[in-house]
Amino acid sequence: MPRSESLGSVLVLGSGAIKIGEAGEFDYSGSQCLKALREDGIRSVLINPNIATIQTDTRFADRVYLLPVTPEYVESLIESERPDGVMLAYGGQTALNCGVKLDESGALARHGIRVLGTPVDGIKRTEDRQMFKDSMSECGVPVLRSSTVSDFEGAKEAAARLGYPVIVRVAYTLGGKGGGVAHNEIELHEIVGRGINASMVGQVLVEEYVGHWKQIEYEVMRDAESNSVIVCNMENVLSMRVHTGDNVVVAPSQTLDNSEYHAMRTASLRATGHVGIVGECNIQYALDPGSDRYAAIEINPRLSRSSALASKATGYPLAYMSAKIGLGYTLPELENRITKSTTACFEPSLDYVVCKHPRWDFSKFERANRRLGPTMKSVGEVMAVGRTFEESLQKAVRMLDAGRDGMALNRLAEPDLSDEELERALADPDDQILHRVAQALGRGVPTQRIYSLSSIDPWFVEKLRGIVEASRSVSLEPRRLLELKRMGFSDRQIARASGSDERRVRRARKDAGVLPSVKQIDTLAAEWPAKTNYLYMTYGGSSHDVSPPGGGVLVLGAGPYRIGSSVEFDWGTVNMVWGLQENGAGDVSVVNCNPETVSTDYDICSRLYFEELTLERILDIAEFEGSRGVVTCVGGQTANNLTLDLDGAGVRLLGTAARDVDRAENRSTFSTELDKLHIRQPRWQALSSVSEAKEFAREVGYPVLVRPSYVLSGAAMRVVWSPSGLSEYARSVPSPSPDHPVVISKFMLDSLELDVDGVCDGRRVVIGAIVEHIDRAGVHSGDAMMCIPPWRLDNRVMEEVAEYTRKIALTFNVRGPFNLQFLVHDGTVYVIELNIRASRSMPFVSKMSRTNLISMASGAILGGDLPEVPDGAWRTPGYCIKAPQFSFMQLDGADIVLGVEMQSTGEAACFGESFYDALAKALTSVGYGLPSEGAALVTAGGARAKEKLLGTVALLAKLGFRVLATEHTAEFFRQRLEGPVETVHKISEPDREPNIADLLHGRKIDFIINVPSTSTMEKYAGMLDDEYQIRRKALEMGVPVLTTTELAESFVRTLEWLKSNVTTRRPLEPYLR
Amino acid sequence: MLGDGTVVEGEGFGASATAFGEVVFNTGMVGYTETLTDPSYGGQILSLTYPLVGNYGVPRPSPDGAGIPGTFESDRIQARGLVVHGLAETASHWRLHVTLDEWLHSEGVPGIAGVDTRELAKKLRSGGVMMGALCASDEPIDAQEVLGRLGRAEKYGSGRYVREVSAKTVSEYGSGEPVVVIDAGAKNAILRNIVSMGYRAVRVPWDYTAEQVMSHSPRGIVVSNGPGDPQMCPETASTVGKLVSEGVPALGICLGAQIMGLAGGAGTYKLKYGHRGQNKPCLEEGTGRVYVTSQNHGYCIDPDSLRGSEYGLWFRNSDDGTVEGIRHLEKPAVAVQFHPEASPGPYDCRFVFEKLAELMGGR
Repeated sequence: MPRSESLGSVLVLGSGAIKIGEAGEFDYSGSQCLKALREDGIRSVLINPNIATIQTDTRFADRVYLLPVTPEYVESLIESERPDGVMLAYGGQTALNCGVKLDESGALARHGIRVLGTPVDGIKRTEDRQMFKDSMSECGVPVLRSSTVSDFEGAKEAAARLGYPVIVRVAYTLGGKGGGVAHNEIELHEIVGRGINASMVGQVLVEEYVGHWKQIEYEVMRDAESNSVIVCNMENVLSMRVHTGDNVVVAPSQTLDNSEYHAMRTASLRATGHVGIVGECNIQYALDPGSDRYAAIEINPRLSRSSALASKATGYPLAYMSAKIGLGYTLPELENRITKSTTACFEPSLDYVVCKHPRWDFSKFERANRRLGPTMKSVGEVMAVGRTFEESLQKAVRMLDAGRDGMALNRLAEPDLSDEELERALADPDDQILHRVAQALGRGVPTQRIYSLSSIDPWFVEKLRGIVEASRSVSLEPRRLLELKRMGFSDRQIARASGSDERRVRRARKDAGVLPSVKQIDTLAAEWPAKTNYLYMTYGGSSHDVSPPGGGVLVLGAGPYRIGSSVEFDWGTVNMVWGLQENGAGDVSVVNCNPETVSTDYDICSRLYFEELTLERILDIAEFEGSRGVVTCVGGQTANNLTLDLDGAGVRLLGTAARDVDRAENRSTFSTELDKLHIRQPRWQALSSVSEAKEFAREVGYPVLVRPSYVLSGAAMRVVWSPSGLSEYARSVPSPSPDHPVVISKFMLDSLELDVDGVCDGRRVVIGAIVEHIDRAGVHSGDAMMCIPPWRLDNRVMEEVAEYTRKIALTFNVRGPFNLQFLVHDGTVYVIELNIRASRSMPFVSKMSRTNLISMASGAILGGDLPEVPDGAWRTPGYCIKAPQFSFMQLDGADIVLGVEMQSTGEAACFGESFYDALAKALTSVGYGLPSEGAALVTAGGARAKEKLLGTVALLAKLGFRVLATEHTAEFFRQRLEGPVETVHKISEPDREPNIADLLHGRKIDFIINVPSTSTMEKYAGMLDDEYQIRRKALEMGVPVLTTTELAESFVRTLEWLKSNVTTRRPLEPYLR
Repeated sequence: MLGDGTVVEGEGFGASATAFGEVVFNTGMVGYTETLTDPSYGGQILSLTYPLVGNYGVPRPSPDGAGIPGTFESDRIQARGLVVHGLAETASHWRLHVTLDEWLHSEGVPGIAGVDTRELAKKLRSGGVMMGALCASDEPIDAQEVLGRLGRAEKYGSGRYVREVSAKTVSEYGSGEPVVVIDAGAKNAILRNIVSMGYRAVRVPWDYTAEQVMSHSPRGIVVSNGPGDPQMCPETASTVGKLVSEGVPALGICLGAQIMGLAGGAGTYKLKYGHRGQNKPCLEEGTGRVYVTSQNHGYCIDPDSLRGSEYGLWFRNSDDGTVEGIRHLEKPAVAVQFHPEASPGPYDCRFVFEKLAELMGGR
């Protein structure tokens, strides 16, 4: 029974769509919170529009609302659901800020709702920069010198007093959004302007900059009776210079001695006690590397990315425990979930070293600045566990799945930098910083020099030196082999150095008896017996901690979150595990390496391997496990890419045969099969030279789509509009070859794009849904708005699509989930591609059609029959619309124009009775303000786009919006429309007024329709700088920008709908598991 | 090599020497300097479960204002040998003076690296702590010969380590009213805590009589931590028994707690593998508060024996329910099995020293 007897039902706020700084970790924390509530018999109500999450399955929560996490929507839920309490700490900054606003507006008090966990007063004392500093001083915790300011003048004075450089920090934001380091007044002006805008309270903190200090974090658990423990401490390898979200983090700290470790530990307890934390929080410190001086930087009074990492690093389920504390339990009353015999009121002791490495996707973003600093830019992360730092780090680098096998002996050589360039790269870090350190070490740069340039502690530099030096003396002699394996070298690296291949090294290694050990993550360094199934592998061991029963199923997860592979694949992984268990598979284990996931909660499966998704490691695990089969179809492209190799190594795969997966991935076999089925596809050709490409393009006509075969999320994909564009593309990608052909296809403008998600058991095909993209074809499917059911398609097309789907699935002998993509051009249906695996849209389709496709697929994978599902059963009443979430604000410089490269970091989806009902909520969920009046700026490149916008602009005027446009656009609309169109001037013409820049700064523009001309779509042909500047400036000012005509039209029609309608707020019904 | 015949190989470091002692493991993640110099490890070979050791090296033993060296808990390495998984060959810290390897070498203590110390902890956990030999040598090692010597080596339980580690003479630190520390192997941190409360710490040998202690007119006494079986220190128990019954405010720490318990009629026993680490939860009787404590003990007060003794229960270990603190039923005397002086470990239990001050009427 909960300690607070009065709690009947509790509202939990989710974090909404995934964005940089607020990712899948909140699915983990929210799910654990819901689990904790259910255990106590409390009815849970969840609000979260992130449809791809586990928490929005109806498994954990009693009621799920796919609605925006905004004060307005939350309050309407409070009115209808009448909860007794609310949990604010499990949905990131979004939930926390929403909670603070609800408290300030009096909504919580009005409805008599208790905030469970840290009270709002405590939240404010940590979030408000000045209150935080004051609180710390009150309890004797040192802080850095600083001033809170609300304008540039104040900032200038503060900076003069503190001395440059200074760091600008923004209150109430996530991932250091809007902040930065200013070395001079010019930089200060820019950063302060941006920061004040990003802040909820129009405030920034100007603080002395201590970039070379160590960055240390502590995770604290505290109950309402003041029992408190430190669950984990962590050290950031890249010092204070780089935001912890972009830092390489080790746990526990490595370079702190006892007095430093415990001085900050004690300060953490004092600080959290003083501000009144109830539950979990994270405290960050800067520690002088040359003295005892340290300073508290900030407290996050909620579950965070760091706390998810700490949970996975220690095995201590922070979110679950924190929720229990929120319900009124004390720490001593709670049980250590790992040992099941000792108390939760203790501090985990690690007997391994954990290394977290961020994953960036800068290459997806045009113009984005790759430099690392106080603003977080990474889109995901991996966590590696090992018994040396070298082992952990090299494992982490492989886990990133970004083309490297470790810190040395990689396939591609490092770039050829001059010594000077290399030194600059060390002093001004980007995402390649550790590889630059390794490069410098290779050139004999002394450790102290590297340290003074990079502020990376010499201890870490020396470890890297060890790796670099070891890579020069590789041999297969057994003792040496063991040494290399203990330093984390993979068989592939060793093969590369010894002129062998991975398979031969593996055989030699096994013959020599050099094998990894399987160890438990048990929270207490083996002091007490632990029954835990939470495992990792290391060469730093002499025996295994567990012995598996054999004959289990192994499910491969999706690895780090990245653009194109996000929480939806974790949803797939977890649902596959559950589905297999429910279909009688019995023993099911998981391999994954992403600490931000639910699939790496050890209570999901029989055994959890927090491990690499590499051929070598999966073979190690499958051999150790004696697995009866491996599932590769739910872990996105990372897992899918292992299918052929695992099959080749003799591992039994469950699901579609490797041969059939390969037939679908290979463009020419796929195409041949389609031809046999008389199914159309856009004309394409595999090419190995530019002249061939030009010849093809001349024949079919530009534009054409070019891409390497085997890609995910549009990597290196381009739409090319001219022969010169083709030449340029050829220069930008590794030269095409027969092994790595480039595929060129006709790019069909003005087409509709469709996705079909389905399941096949080899005999019967179940169609989950036909999904229509709202944006035109050419916007990557991950960035497009999508709608179920299709709203512009006629029945004949839908029937044809369904028919093609069935034929193709059966032809490729699909056993499990699959996804097909179609184009519809002038009423003709074309097939673009087939993915024989779980797709990004499966949670969306599953929830809308009330049929869990992955659950169904698990049955098919085990050889069972699919249930008979009538045609079109998925066509339930109402609409469900999925909208992409972008994180451009975090990526300074990045352009927001969409193209064939996926750029969104997440998505949200909402149900509605009508198309606009659903769309209004989906747009709100991903951050679009929906104004009822005001001014819209319209700029469009080319007559075609202007023409298409005519109706939209006319409707805008009819709705009473002021229409602003740049000279030519204004002229165009004035000639064709009634009503006033006001002329405004470009940012590049600052002397002409009214100027867009001033209007934006003065908040005189409510939203912008900016449709770039087709020439800007060809990104390499150069962009029109004015358009770019408008988009970027608008983004920084938080003004919505609509960059496609389809989106602009939908948006304005939504505004029209809202004039006379109110959005519906109904829960998601329980759906088939 | 372990008493049960297990032989584990690794790379030697520190001194080339062979050490015999009881093999114990500690789960702390920092503080090897403090741990190794803790006199309570006298007679023991220490294995650390945290796999990376020596990262920040070893500092210079610079004394504080009262003349007590920081970081070092005594004037030498007290453990007889050190077992680690990974030894840092290079260390990095602003306080760095020598590396761990150099320090062990200069102190004549052997070490071994490359050992799966988790596996070793599991073995000790299930088989109980046992005698072992750590042999670091440049020459080939004759395992049978060493095992033979191990069999003949003095068993830990019969060793009188307190007399080896205790101060031979009286020394004083700080200024103010005197608090006598009966040194059964006292950590410097105990002295530091007394001095920082504004008292003068008077360190006296373990076998001082009650009369000798009283000659210093102490406001109170601290019976310190130390190595070995408390039943091997009847002299100390007798002194402490007298002082407590005379109403001298007293605080016992670790071995000191066991000695106070014995003096007050309670019994002690040996734990299977002891409590050694910095993460041990202790529940305070009556308040329900749990404190995270630093511990290092192989012996323990028997909870059943408290009935009928002069003491009542103060703290219990939340994990296994063992006695972690006792309070005298009538006299101003308390004792804790854990280490309120920390070093290494959390500072959460400083209040124990304040409790002593309270008993002494200090505040």
